[in-house]
Amino acid sequence: MTNPVDKTEGPTGPSATSPPPAAIKAIPVRHYGRWVSAVVVFALLAMVVYAFSQGDINYTAIPDYFFDPSILEGVRNTLWLTVASMVLGVVLGAILAVMRLSKNPVTSSVAWGYIWFFRGTPVYVQLLLWFNLGLVFPYINLGFYRDEWADFMTPFMAALLGLGLNEAAYMSEIVRAGIQSVDEGQTEAAHALGMSHGKTLRRVVLPQAMRVVVPPTGNEVINMLKTTSLVVVVQYFDLLRAGQNIAQTSGATVEMLFLVAVWYLILTTVLSIGQFYLERRYARGSTRNLPPTPWQKVRANLISLRRPEVAK
Amino acid sequence: MSAVPMVKAEAVHKSYGAAHILRGIDLEVAPREVFCLVGPSGSGKSTFLRCINHLEKINGGRLSVDGQLVGYRQKGDKLYELKDKEVAAQRRDIGMVFQRFNLFPHMTALENVMEAPVQVKGEAKAVARERAARLLDRVGLGDRTGNYPSQLSGGQQQRVAIARALAMEPKLMLFDEPTSALDPELVGEVLDVMRGLADEGMTMIVVTHEMGFAREVGDALVFMDGGVVVESGHPREVLTNPQHDRTKAFLSKVL
Repeated sequence: MTNPVDKTEGPTGPSATSPPPAAIKAIPVRHYGRWVSAVVVFALLAMVVYAFSQGDINYTAIPDYFFDPSILEGVRNTLWLTVASMVLGVVLGAILAVMRLSKNPVTSSVAWGYIWFFRGTPVYVQLLLWFNLGLVFPYINLGFYRDEWADFMTPFMAALLGLGLNEAAYMSEIVRAGIQSVDEGQTEAAHALGMSHGKTLRRVVLPQAMRVVVPPTGNEVINMLKTTSLVVVVQYFDLLRAGQNIAQTSGATVEMLFLVAVWYLILTTVLSIGQFYLERRYARGSTRNLPPTPWQKVRANLISLRRPEVAK
Repeated sequence: MSAVPMVKAEAVHKSYGAAHILRGIDLEVAPREVFCLVGPSGSGKSTFLRCINHLEKINGGRLSVDGQLVGYRQKGDKLYELKDKEVAAQRRDIGMVFQRFNLFPHMTALENVMEAPVQVKGEAKAVARERAARLLDRVGLGDRTGNYPSQLSGGQQQRVAIARALAMEPKLMLFDEPTSALDPELVGEVLDVMRGLADEGMTMIVVTHEMGFAREVGDALVFMDGGVVVESGHPREVLTNPQHDRTKAFLSKVL
């Protein structure tokens, strides 16, 4: 039998009687380099700001058009295309990853070929290809679905297929790395319990792969949001195109590019914050304590700053 | 013995490429027996254990559990490989406990134990939960059901792993060095659970370096070296009065 260890009967520490030791008072190391570099950075920044203030830029055009209905529609379309392409990419990518790792040589070769093609050609070329296939196929006929190619391949469809199918190739490599990161003992334990390959994958391997898959997927979403600006070539009305349209009529080309850049920055910042919380959630079970959120850090700092006053 | 042996191995061979790990293993494990496999590392004892539930495929000989060939079906004089599904069905009745526990880290102790009955047998969750709680209570972890594996000590994790295997109500339990990864003071609690299982009549095959456990609890013991059975008999006899030089040399180092 195991004997319970009585921890109360240890030797009594000196802390019980002696007063706490005095805090160390020492001169901290001086970081002169930090001051110098900060001054240099500010000087450079001031020069850039000065240069742009001297340019012939009509800054008031940016707030004037910032919430223009056509800009807002572009933002909505960019977001919608990002989400739709990522969903297509993640779902297809997960399927491809499982196919690639399959023992069946046919399915793994198919996955290998897919990844080879879609990762080996530029996404810009793929977008143009989808858009222009109508030049050689007047009709689409899938048996259950038949239509004129031009009606089927709308700008949105061309953008979705171009971005989503390309993304699937990258996502499959991310998911594959995630699956392979799961300890083999997990699969063995599941098999030893009589679980099938499919159940083992769904219930044991994929949930654990998520921790490795989610952070790079967050990067992919942010990347995708920016890559959607390429769909201008397939006539899709996204954020960049909305800005360019206004630029053409108003003549404020650089101003509209600034405006569009600010919108992209806002969107990617929001996504980065979302990614932080998602990663935190998937760390569950692998670490004892979750890392604090920025908000928790701020609160902790405020409390530690306030404490001396409270003590008085 | 008239009953069908729980495990019967005849000239079992296993090799990985050029490495010949098992070179003809013959042995029989009777129902309700605690069968200990000992030997130096690399002797093939863990490999043999993994062959019993088909985590490894054997290259030669015959291996059967409860009268059924493992991984194959015989029709006439031909052997047919079983499909993945049929292999999975065979494994249901064989519990396995690993050296490194291999608990599912994203599930609580209770969920770990419930998982197989619900997913494999299609048992109702309420029924599975009730049995899982009872099994965890039995291995002394009734108050730890909601903990994740990372919040448990090695000994506690291994006891959850035993409960997880028992949840499938196996007829045979395989233990692959269940205490080798544990801190010395945690070995006892796992061996206590195993001793309790043996007392209830569970058929157990135990790969172990715990000679004390083998002597006290074991009904039969096999000493393996270089992929063959060197010596076998009752644990007390083999351990106190080994006949072979290799057995003597090994025991002089571990005892």
